[in-house]
Amino acid sequence: MAQSVLAIAEQIEGVFRKVTFEALSEGRRIADQLGCELNALVLGDNIENISKELDQFGADRIIVAENSALFEYLPDAYGNVISDVINKETPDVVILGASTQGKDIAARLSARLNAPLAMDCVAIRFEDNNLMATRYMYGGKILADVVLNGKPQIVAIRPNAMTIANAAGTGSIEKFEVNTGTTLVKFIEKHLDTGKVELTEANTVVSGGRGIGGPDFTVIEELAQVLGGAVGASRSAVDEGWRSSSDQVGQTGKVVSPNLYIACGISGAIQHLAGMSSSNVIVAINKDPEAPIFSKADYGIEGDLFEIVPLITEEIRKLKG
Amino acid sequence: MKGKVTKLEIVVLLKQVPATESLIGIADDGVSIKSDDIKWVINPYDEFAVEEALRIKEAHGGSVSILSVGSEKTVEAIRTALAMGADKGILINVPDGDVYDGLTTARILSAVLKETPFDIIIAGQRAVDDDNFQVGPATAEFLNIPNISMVIKQEITNGKIKCHRTVEGGTVILETPLPVLFTTQRGINEPRYASLPGIMKAKKKPIDMKTITDIGLDPETVGKPLTKIVSLKTPPERKGGIMIKGDSAQEKAARLVKILHEEAKVL
Repeated sequence: MAQSVLAIAEQIEGVFRKVTFEALSEGRRIADQLGCELNALVLGDNIENISKELDQFGADRIIVAENSALFEYLPDAYGNVISDVINKETPDVVILGASTQGKDIAARLSARLNAPLAMDCVAIRFEDNNLMATRYMYGGKILADVVLNGKPQIVAIRPNAMTIANAAGTGSIEKFEVNTGTTLVKFIEKHLDTGKVELTEANTVVSGGRGIGGPDFTVIEELAQVLGGAVGASRSAVDEGWRSSSDQVGQTGKVVSPNLYIACGISGAIQHLAGMSSSNVIVAINKDPEAPIFSKADYGIEGDLFEIVPLITEEIRKLKG
Repeated sequence: MKGKVTKLEIVVLLKQVPATESLIGIADDGVSIKSDDIKWVINPYDEFAVEEALRIKEAHGGSVSILSVGSEKTVEAIRTALAMGADKGILINVPDGDVYDGLTTARILSAVLKETPFDIIIAGQRAVDDDNFQVGPATAEFLNIPNISMVIKQEITNGKIKCHRTVEGGTVILETPLPVLFTTQRGINEPRYASLPGIMKAKKKPIDMKTITDIGLDPETVGKPLTKIVSLKTPPERKGGIMIKGDSAQEKAARLVKILHEEAKVL
């Protein structure tokens, strides 16, 4: 059977997660190296109309698994349908975003298919006909090259780590006959803060730490807002109860790699640095000139964040007109 | 089960890892880390798992077992969990230096669990050493039971569990009948410290040590991972950058924005 690469798309209420386009772009690159098709798999309910969009990122065949039971992510139903598609398609490489859902799927698939998995990768390449994935370990303190042996080779890619490239694909839509199989997990309800920019996908992250001194993060939120970015927090700000634990950046929180990371009132403990040092540009604002964060930052300002951050917000507002 | 109080058998999957404050160095072989001078602790997410298991036991009755794959030094971490209040430990003792990928570890754990009664298995969402996010869901798959990951709250009633799972930008509530495996996310609880009486009691609690062969697996085949680390390196060191100077906060702010816009081109 001919070789192929399968990219698993992720959509939430009819909108593709950004990492889906990253997975397709990277999938296209791998498929071109192998000289084979890139196929995309979309799961959900009422999704045929959005699926076509994926041909802009190089998808040749777009496999649509549409069923009312797939309207929300359920680990067993999604696992069953995805493994059915993989068993039919027998792709050499399966690529997907390492979102909360993607990580869950990837882990479960690896066991079901006895397939090698590289989780949360930041780069992929071929070496001696084997897929080699680069991924962080120890919360960002170590970079590992991992070789995958077996089929399919599953790679879950870290959001924001790979570039989106437009490429024309055949883009033919194919319906997959869905059988969700035996399922036990039921969806009850969800609570999503829709106005919020997701930390791991944000282009800019503005984080506050102990230096904020309390739960009022207004100065941080205003700067994040003018930049269209997300608000993060250090572990001490979370431990103090000033921010929710879902905002925590660091080794025991989220690992982020935005284009711009602005650390305000964060001293820069090793666990925090591990969670953000793969950012493109790092800015630190701290009143302590000895704060370790300055040794990792591209640009530093020594001073009172409550005075400086609003001025930065104002300057950016002016710049953006 | 309905209406009747049922005691719950809870198993926690626990890994011993370097403390997060550790500096990690690469060993001479280039594929493993320098293990001397490292303080070894319970993986922080597994600590949440131990605490949640104890809370479930306190609320519903039952017992908490700690299951781990690791070298002999892992006994310390198991002992700490027993001091927190867990009832017994099982260690699948593998030679120090043997490296297993997540799938192999899950296969070993599930081989043990197939012979162990359980209603609930709790694991950390990931271990903070290899950051694989794989062992929990993969173990559930091998056992053919549902898994719910990244849980910050659970409620158990009449043989069912409702889990609040964190996702990007919010939470989703899922429900499944027991048995289940769920993984913990920060925010689920605040783990207790081991008390002095707890530490004393833990010394007498049983830890069952087994080898790979004891659990019916072949050490030759189980040790052949599908993913293999071929090299480790430290990420490119970020050099300390430019301190923005200025006579006033206003001047510093304006300079920073100008640099970010014109030089760094990130605005």
